[in-house]
Amino acid sequence: MIQAGLQLEQGPPISVPFRFFLAAPVFLLLAAAALLWQGPAAFAVRLSPAAVAIAHLVALGFMAMVMIGAMMQMLPVLQGSPVPRPRATAAVTHAGVGLGTLAFAAGFLFGEPWLLRAGALALAAGFLAFVVAVLVCLARAPRQNRTVGSMWLVLASLLVAVVFGLMLASLFGWGIALPNQAAHSLHPGWSLLGWTGLLVTGMGFELVPMLQMTAQYPKPMARYMGALLLALLALWSAALWIDEGRWGEVAVGCAVATAAAYALFAVVTVVLQQRRRRRLADVTLDFWRVGMLSLFGASLAWGIRVAWPGAWAGASPESMDILIGVLAMFGFAGSVISGMLYKIMPFLAWFHLQSMCGPGVLAPNMKKILPDARQRLQFRSQVLALALLCAAALWPGLFVYPAALALAATAVLLEMNLLAVVRAYRDGRARAASQSAPRDSC
Amino acid sequence: MTGIGEYMINHHKECDEVFARAEEAVGEADWARAQARFDAFTRQMDRHFDMEGNVLFPEFENKTGHAGGPTQVMRMEHDQMRVVMHEMRAALEAKDAEQYLGLSETFLVLMQQHNFKEEGILYNMIDQVLGDQGEKLLAQLDSVA
Repeated sequence: MIQAGLQLEQGPPISVPFRFFLAAPVFLLLAAAALLWQGPAAFAVRLSPAAVAIAHLVALGFMAMVMIGAMMQMLPVLQGSPVPRPRATAAVTHAGVGLGTLAFAAGFLFGEPWLLRAGALALAAGFLAFVVAVLVCLARAPRQNRTVGSMWLVLASLLVAVVFGLMLASLFGWGIALPNQAAHSLHPGWSLLGWTGLLVTGMGFELVPMLQMTAQYPKPMARYMGALLLALLALWSAALWIDEGRWGEVAVGCAVATAAAYALFAVVTVVLQQRRRRRLADVTLDFWRVGMLSLFGASLAWGIRVAWPGAWAGASPESMDILIGVLAMFGFAGSVISGMLYKIMPFLAWFHLQSMCGPGVLAPNMKKILPDARQRLQFRSQVLALALLCAAALWPGLFVYPAALALAATAVLLEMNLLAVVRAYRDGRARAASQSAPRDSC
Repeated sequence: MTGIGEYMINHHKECDEVFARAEEAVGEADWARAQARFDAFTRQMDRHFDMEGNVLFPEFENKTGHAGGPTQVMRMEHDQMRVVMHEMRAALEAKDAEQYLGLSETFLVLMQQHNFKEEGILYNMIDQVLGDQGEKLLAQLDSVA
């Protein structure tokens, strides 16, 4: 009944999530540098080596880095079972994903297959360590509740995305022919619609009502959307696989239904937030709104793109694909990620500091650790970068350079904010250590 | 019949509501209203801590012989919340909205992660372990002032 392993206490040491969070903006900056270097050519063709490199710097170095760090922190707390050997798991995963992304992107940018191969292997090792650790954590969860259920789906999707990613890496790195041309679609599909989308929606169902004091999501949606999306993805994959990557009616139908489900999530989230109980201005809330608007836009554009491939009179299909990618990765995932970082990091710094303070003594509060004004400034720069990147997708010649500069600026501001949290944490820790007797503040 | 878990979850929602009302008044710098609402908020929070700390947790620990387990972590977090509430009161008395809102932001995350653990795990266990005494315990919870 009461499991021996049940631990309602806190997650891993603070260094475990923080090392992932602090690395993420560096990769965003590298993506900006690559864009600046390659110029409009990077956005001219969807599968140009530069575009592939930039997409992976963002998807792996920025998005996955933060998502992994957040999961390592939150899973133990939210479901009452620890991630086994958190420090070792974090070290292997962080190094594997971090160095792997660097090598992989460099391999594409400089045309060096050996770098690409090394990167792919390091990435595989890093993700494998993470997946195994989380599997253990999920299997040991004392209650298989809704959150645990959604995390199973997230992990399954990540695994599928990694497998298809390895197939593509075998092609580009080792020249091994793909078992099926469908892998070209299935890898980004499972990465974005599976791993990323399912994690954001699964956490969103819990975190949006909690942190913004909204009503709960409609019960059937919170309960079944994850499983439905996974089923649609599976059917879509089967259809594409059977047709060797050609889009038949079933694949199109599944894709349109998937897009509709995500668009619905975006609309419901915005409506719930509009009626939230907590009325204070909040940067995280604004990030969520931009994220949901981007998700809606990406879903709509992708739905139309697959249903009517020839429908784009003015823009080429390539530039539509890049626009969809920008909206999904930087607009949707990037916004939600930055917004959540501004809750998770100051809270963790406070929480760990608080545990070092004596009884009745209080650590500096979250807004002292990271003031609103700093978050607001970075938020604005990120929205500007998003707008310019969208424009660059459609008119690369005009907008790629301003977009790259704005992306670099927002990455630097984000990192400065995250480092401010670390500084506040270190200062607080030094103060706590130097005070032998409890004082009013620590 | 309402389960114990359900009863406690409903009270979490009440606590959320009074928390938000107090914060709203501070945000508008309506100090007289903020004071009244803050009092209502701390009253509900104290009641909640008492319901758990004095009624449910001792019964649960008794039944499971597990005093060092999950309930102890929950008690620790209650203490942490009390410390933050204490500081919030000081900020309110000093009419320092910035300090109050920084503290209330911290309190909100602290409270919500705490509630999440209770609602997702602990209350289920309590319902399982103490379900047969449901009526008696609900009456006791009702009588906690």
